[in-house]
Amino acid sequence: MPKDSGPRDVAIVGVGATPYYRRGESAGKSITQLAGEAILAACADAGLSVEEIDGFAYYSGAGAGYGDKMESTDFMETLGIPEVRFSASLTSGGGGSAGAIGLARAAIVAGDASVVVTVMALQQQKQRLGTVIAAKPPSPIGSFLQPSGLAGPGHLMSVLARRHMYRFGTTRDAFAEIAISTRNNALNRPKAIRRTPLTREEYFGGRMIAEPLCVYDFCLETEGAVAVITTSIDRARDLRQPPVPVVAVAHGGTRDWGRGFTWYGMPEDTFTSSGHRPIAGRLYKQARITPQDIDVALIYDHFTPMVLMQLEDYGFCEKGEGGPFVESGAIRYARRRKPGTVAVNPHGGQLSEAYIIGMTQILEGVEQMRGTAINQVLDAEFALCTGGPASLPVSGLILGRDR
Amino acid sequence: MSTPRIATALPADVVKIATDTVTEPFWQAARARRLVAPQCAQCGTFRLPPTPFCPKCRSTSVNWPQLSGRATVYSFAVVNGFPGLPDLTLVPAVVELPDAPGARLVTNVIDIEPDNVRIGMALTVDFHPISDGWLLPVFRAAPEGVKE
Repeated sequence: MPKDSGPRDVAIVGVGATPYYRRGESAGKSITQLAGEAILAACADAGLSVEEIDGFAYYSGAGAGYGDKMESTDFMETLGIPEVRFSASLTSGGGGSAGAIGLARAAIVAGDASVVVTVMALQQQKQRLGTVIAAKPPSPIGSFLQPSGLAGPGHLMSVLARRHMYRFGTTRDAFAEIAISTRNNALNRPKAIRRTPLTREEYFGGRMIAEPLCVYDFCLETEGAVAVITTSIDRARDLRQPPVPVVAVAHGGTRDWGRGFTWYGMPEDTFTSSGHRPIAGRLYKQARITPQDIDVALIYDHFTPMVLMQLEDYGFCEKGEGGPFVESGAIRYARRRKPGTVAVNPHGGQLSEAYIIGMTQILEGVEQMRGTAINQVLDAEFALCTGGPASLPVSGLILGRDR
Repeated sequence: MSTPRIATALPADVVKIATDTVTEPFWQAARARRLVAPQCAQCGTFRLPPTPFCPKCRSTSVNWPQLSGRATVYSFAVVNGFPGLPDLTLVPAVVELPDAPGARLVTNVIDIEPDNVRIGMALTVDFHPISDGWLLPVFRAAPEGVKE
């Protein structure tokens, strides 16, 4: 096992989160308060004073869900952070979640900032995820999509899912297995929103929101905040927690995906994908490892077909084989990983634990590498965390263990 | 439960579009019940939606040839309900246009039982009223596309 692979010049040293709320239930708090709670929790976890934070690396244009924004000045003012030396965001939306750690790394490696926070806070009172496309004000380009009635991202992805089914014979059984196995992983998670088993009968009786997808293929509409603190590997070794080094991180993507399912002009191989294949290639090259080295996969699961297509794009199975792969039980959590399998979202994912636009994937990756996860994969050496299949940039992150 | 669902388009008052100088010819043509697509005047490449530059040769010169109105289903969804309209059935579809190769249109297949829609089925254009006097290109099963 190549334990020294990848750059490993920065590490995640602190993670923090609020409770997770159902849509509307965090209304008594502001975005700044939710994010502040997560940042303070991450500082406490790291053994850092909040005054030592000197950088912010956001994604989604520093947007907080759908319609709200975060500003570094709000955090400086209320948390008493004396100076900021880096404050930047990746563009577009949830595709950048994992890649924001790379933005933090860029700040640290360049010498601009030393203790960099990545945070997402999400409330859905103003606008919920499920109808975010329908709610957008008309735009010249959007007018070539919005009139069709594809009201939300799950509706958009159902069109890709159907083409995958048509081309490769993928069935709803595969999507069901992703929903059911993810739910199983949430059952023993105190913070999870869904903690009762999902049966096949329930899945196949689920409301068909956008056929071929049903309500159980869609992630939760939840609220809350998660913060992650990144610093240099040297500084990380002096802090409270075992450092979790960044083994590889990348964001971006190619034009043949582009705006993905808001464009639909992709060539067939890309149309039936998550848009992540270029990211996967860059990650494995940086890390000098292969998919077989990944012990636990924290896959952005806003919609079940996109888990399947990411498993293909990240090389856990061949293109088109995602259906049989997941139906074989290969993504089920097992404490001891068997060759040819990989535990996917042992934290219950966005489908069953909580949807904080990708941040719970990073939080779980850190816990797995520390060896403290609730559903720990024994002796896990590498964790893959992905950002959302979405309009570019998409992104991915491989975390490891320190020497 | 067993009443056959028939796919429609969104009601006119629900659909508002915005245009700019690059996209407006598409909508002006649709208002005259003509389906057009932007084709690079330099290299002949089609693109949709209309964007300022040709992605192949970067030209800003565009022709708007009138298309036959024929299309084939590349993929589709069956959407049950829309915000404020819970009983609506929609078949949003991505279609390919045989006389605008390389360009795909996101549209609706209407007046059809969703169970009868198939990838690859042949369609023909129609125009559906939307807000502010515009017309939206939508598609129906072509006579030769109805199989089974």
